[in-house]
Amino acid sequence: MDKKLYTVTAYSENQVGLLNQIATIFTRRRLNIESLSVSASAIEGVHKFTITTYSDEETVSKLVKQIEKKVDVLRSFYYLDDEIIYQEVALYKVPTKKLMEDNRIEEIVRSHSARILEVNNDFTVIEKSGHSDETQRLFEELSKIEVRQFVRSGRVAITKSTVEHVSIFLQQQEDRRLGMRD
Amino acid sequence: MSKQKISGSDALILSLLEEGVTTIFGYPGGQIIPVFDRLYDYKDKLHHVLVRHEQGATHSAQGYARVSGKVGVALFTSGPAATNAITGLADAMMDSTPIVVITGQVPSHMLGTDAFQETDVMGITLPITKWAYQIRRPEEIAGAVARAFYIARTGRPGPVVLDLTKDAQVGLTEFEYKKCDYIRSYVPVPKIERQDIINAAELINTAKKPLMLVGQGVVLSNAEKEIIAVAEKAGIPMAVTLLGLSAIPSGHPLYKGMLGMHGNIGPNIKTNQCDVLIAVGMRFDDRVTGDLKSYATQAKIIHFDIDASEFNKNVKADVTVLGDAKQTLAALFDEIKENSYKEWVDSFAPCEQAESEKVIMPEISPKSGLLKMGEVVRKVSEASGNKAVLVTDVGQNQMFGARYFKFTQTRSVVTSGGLGTMGFGLPAAIGAKFAAPDRTVCLFCGDGGLQMTIQELGTILETGVGVKIILLNNNYLGMVRQWQQLFFHERYSETVMVNPDFVMLASAYGIKSRRVEMREDLDDAIAEMLSDDAPFLLDVCVEEAGLVFPMVPAGGCVSDIMLNPSEKY
Ligand SMILES: Cc1ncc(C[n+]2csc(CCOP(=O)(O)OP(=O)(O)O)c2C)c(N)n1
Ligand SMILES: [Mg+2]
Repeated sequence: MDKKLYTVTAYSENQVGLLNQIATIFTRRRLNIESLSVSASAIEGVHKFTITTYSDEETVSKLVKQIEKKVDVLRSFYYLDDEIIYQEVALYKVPTKKLMEDNRIEEIVRSHSARILEVNNDFTVIEKSGHSDETQRLFEELSKIEVRQFVRSGRVAITKSTVEHVSIFLQQQEDRRLGMRD
Repeated sequence: MSKQKISGSDALILSLLEEGVTTIFGYPGGQIIPVFDRLYDYKDKLHHVLVRHEQGATHSAQGYARVSGKVGVALFTSGPAATNAITGLADAMMDSTPIVVITGQVPSHMLGTDAFQETDVMGITLPITKWAYQIRRPEEIAGAVARAFYIARTGRPGPVVLDLTKDAQVGLTEFEYKKCDYIRSYVPVPKIERQDIINAAELINTAKKPLMLVGQGVVLSNAEKEIIAVAEKAGIPMAVTLLGLSAIPSGHPLYKGMLGMHGNIGPNIKTNQCDVLIAVGMRFDDRVTGDLKSYATQAKIIHFDIDASEFNKNVKADVTVLGDAKQTLAALFDEIKENSYKEWVDSFAPCEQAESEKVIMPEISPKSGLLKMGEVVRKVSEASGNKAVLVTDVGQNQMFGARYFKFTQTRSVVTSGGLGTMGFGLPAAIGAKFAAPDRTVCLFCGDGGLQMTIQELGTILETGVGVKIILLNNNYLGMVRQWQQLFFHERYSETVMVNPDFVMLASAYGIKSRRVEMREDLDDAIAEMLSDDAPFLLDVCVEEAGLVFPMVPAGGCVSDIMLNPSEKY
């Protein structure tokens, strides 16, 4: 079947042990996690997992249902790239001396919309956010000079949809709770 | 005035009492001693059954839960005790059995230090439980217990682990108990979508050859009446899964038997002939479906379940109905038309007749030869007025038990379905009997499986719990032997058993017992076994080379059924 890069998001209540549980669901289905990021969400006390994986829609839809089944998970979703705005951050550590010798530095930084975070006699740290192919292109360019360290973060993503499903879910749950009380 | 403080151990016991727990299965040890110490003062309220191995206790808790419909509870120490509980947890997860297992844990300041008898209980149990939580402070206990019971018994039920550090057991806390009925991230009973019901009813109302598959979900949601009402109103024949057995009385005119690898011919054949397949509270296990590519491809499929992740997991459904079966079936009832499909229902008869002639009669009333498992099961069932609880182990004994026992009331089957755990039977039967002391509990087990948890004879000795153990003794790991005979050129690799004298063994445990070798002794021995409520072990020497048929070979087409080694239906 056709494999595509899917972005899976999961909103959860309590982080303890949850990363493990979510990871196990991928492992059981022999899916590789390409990137992972966990952070706070806009809703207080709710964490957001953003995971990318190559898969087909059938597999990823089952995966998402199994994630959602975990008691501490509020909702889980999957998206293709055109449904989300997404970004990654990459950092590059380059020897300052070589960077100075190559007088294209300004051009490189400008053309890649990168930033310089730190410069000292020994090394310079450059930051670029963007899609993987973009951060990769900068890596390849800087590699011609020399890259001592390179790191790229997991993808973070926000949906283009105008409907906020998690907020709706929370509202429904709250209604249910109030309904039970009276 | 501030409230009086009590220890975490007291808080735990009071919490269990608040949840209505009366019986727990357990085993003490270093990291749970404080709780056992307090238990000493609650003997009149909380009956603790001392098992002989923690695996036994988890299976007993399962047996208790399955028969009573309540949450089964087990209590252990840390480390090796917790790891001994794993099989029962995995089994309960597969079979949606509500149990709460409480394990002791090293003091919280020692967590992560490889302390004596520390094990990563959360890490090990999270993948095989519905929920697991580590309690590190005494004031968390009441809330965590309330949550644990709520999660275990609601929605699709399952096992929950509470890992309780020693300092939480001895620390002091105020105590106030509030039952849990809401968790923000959890929707135990999804709201019914009206349209789903209408879509389902439409398919059913226009069906010509509908077939209903009844799974354990029906029992778990107490929807036996509702499903029978639907079937009767619309005239739909019903078949059950292994765990759905006893949900429908065996004698119901629309009841057509069991599905699956060793199920009845009719339901399996008709699965591939019906035009609408209505599956309720079942998960299309591969032992039910065989090869998915040839499974019910001609039929429109309606799937009722409370667990959305079951939809389209194995079998693609045309209509899915999410919700509690009791509610969804009641809603469906109002939308379906009265109907009857005489021709269709009658078309099961040739299947039944062929099975009766070729398989059932030779099995339950053989003219000569050694005793057969099927005849033993049927005789015990009838001698108990078909009112007993059937507990099985795993293997041929399980399949013969399932095929030949008859049922007149629900919640009368305790068997390890999804995990197929040998050793499940004896401890599960003990739990079942504690749950239903007024009922006869008949365990059918094999010589192999019985020896996997045979230490629980000690629990019977100590408690006198009146379990009737019928050992279908073929001196073989019979089910594996069967596969070796049929699919591995009769190479019986490591399946012959050299067995102890089980009658002597039972008598060493003070359990009445009797060995039966001859057909003419069987009735009398069964009568003796059932003459009182005391524990009994009936060691029945059955033929070594017995085979369970019919059989849909693993991965085969569900309507491609073997009647015996050389004949197909
Ligand atoms: C714990 C465990 N180990 C191994 C198996 C594989 N297995 C399934 S049936 C069976 C044979 C069971 O033999 P016995 O208990 O004598 O029952 P019989 O089939 O002879 O009735 C085995 C080994 C299993 N299901 N569970
Ligand atoms: Mg055997």
